[in-house]
Amino acid sequence: MIEIRLHGRGGQGAVIASKILAVAMFNEGKYVQAFPKFGVERRGAPVEAFLRQDNKKILIRSDIDKPDHVLVLDHTLIDVVNITTGLTKNGWILINTDLKPTDFDSLGSFRVACVNASHIAADLHLGSRNAPIVNTAICGSFAKCSGLVELASVCDAIKEEVPVKADENAEAATIAFKSTIV
Amino acid sequence: MKKVLMGNHAASWGAKLSRVRMIAAYPITPQTHIVEELSEMCSDGRLDAKFLKVESEHSAMASVIASETTGVRSFTASSSNGLALMHEMLHWAAGARLPIVMVNVNRALAPGWNIWADQGDSLAQRDTGWIQIYVEDNQEVLDSVIQGYRIAEQVNLPVMVCYDAFFLSHTYEPVDIPDQESVDSWLPSFEPDNFLDPENPKAYYGLVMPDNYMEMRYRLQQAHEAAKRVVSEVGNSFGNHFGRPYDLVETIHCDDAETVLITSSSATSPARLVVDKLRDAGRKIGLLKMRVFRPFPTEIVQEILGNKKTAIVIDRNCSWGKGGIFADEIKGAINNLSNRPMVYSFIAGLGGRGITPDLIEDIVKQVENSESPATSSEWIGLKPFN
Repeated sequence: MIEIRLHGRGGQGAVIASKILAVAMFNEGKYVQAFPKFGVERRGAPVEAFLRQDNKKILIRSDIDKPDHVLVLDHTLIDVVNITTGLTKNGWILINTDLKPTDFDSLGSFRVACVNASHIAADLHLGSRNAPIVNTAICGSFAKCSGLVELASVCDAIKEEVPVKADENAEAATIAFKSTIV
Repeated sequence: MKKVLMGNHAASWGAKLSRVRMIAAYPITPQTHIVEELSEMCSDGRLDAKFLKVESEHSAMASVIASETTGVRSFTASSSNGLALMHEMLHWAAGARLPIVMVNVNRALAPGWNIWADQGDSLAQRDTGWIQIYVEDNQEVLDSVIQGYRIAEQVNLPVMVCYDAFFLSHTYEPVDIPDQESVDSWLPSFEPDNFLDPENPKAYYGLVMPDNYMEMRYRLQQAHEAAKRVVSEVGNSFGNHFGRPYDLVETIHCDDAETVLITSSSATSPARLVVDKLRDAGRKIGLLKMRVFRPFPTEIVQEILGNKKTAIVIDRNCSWGKGGIFADEIKGAINNLSNRPMVYSFIAGLGGRGITPDLIEDIVKQVENSESPATSSEWIGLKPFN
């Protein structure tokens, strides 16, 4: 079983990101489970979402405390939340940032991937420039760094699950896939 | 068609496929996505039903009581404090023998404001006369709503399908959505013998004097006794038609077990992992999933637990001043057996705290290391108090 934790802020689409990746993995024949950790539901507040994938039915029904990989939809969260808590050694940390992986060496012995999802989303008018909706770009980028899911499956899942601007969101995933720095 | 669905939308699909004709709901928290999805299905024409937005959960239940009385298949959903507000009307629905199906997302009652998983809300409605089904995964949510109507309409009792907040309600996982034609060929349309009809006027809900009330109530109890057989038959028939059988309970490795772990709702899933692991290590342990709580499957519980050494019950609920409710009911069911297990009662996971495989394994270890059960339920996973 592979366990993934997503860190975002309310409004960035972390919960939908977990669902898009779940649908993409499910369409590739995996068993999946995705769910949010709900807290105070406010725009901008730190939120978490969880995603599990396995080859058989998933029977754990509790939060992910020891993730294999972590997705960070907003790099300012690194100063606020301990995003590496429980993270498996050598697990991927995918960060939405304009910095590069070596800038995050202080996080510890993990693999860091960087993508400027905010820039990609804003250019495609997904959300506003100040508050871009970065979830679909992050999904494309995760396909690149983790290799756990195909980009084509992510794009199909986006078209299935995202009600507005499906093509632009799929394009965001594709651009993010190509521009991810590992 | 297999889709990745959250538990709440699995419930909406169950109602849609059951071709409900009337949905009454109060749309504010603790309400969930269930009725939001159904309102969209009604507005875009996927579901031919009247969606009635009411001003409270009490009115929601009063409305489905009225529509069922006119012979219309009806649905509602609620949670925690919303369900508590329905309490008076829940008695009416059962006493009037109306086959309403309701979904209750098990959410903790306030205070403290919480809304996370806790069975206290529906277990507090134990004595209202409703059939109560506690389900384990999103597939079972959808399947139980459809079965709910077939059970309800056979025994003229309302059915409450209950599942854990967030661990099911907001969790996406694969669900097989049956075709409408397949459901139509299994679930007959609702055609009650008696219903409020201006063409054929009858009086309903009049005064029942002492010379008749007791007989009326005896028949309510008899209907629950009959419902045990009907739940089994319907679950079996559902299995034959859809490939997924259900029953009052489910047993895993119970036949030669010395210890039986007893769970309900989503806590059953991690318990399956623990029992498999302990079996692999050579331990004689089994698992009993309590699916139906009312009517209480006394005979089956007696059959499974008779001659066992130990029963361990995990409750995500508490009857204040007594303890874990499933544990208490299990003890009551086996009390007259000459050979009965010691029953250990644990309370865990209240208000949405996780029930993990590690926590369940710790409980089993604690029981193995103790001589006899404590007189009251033991609370597991408490933080230290200052």
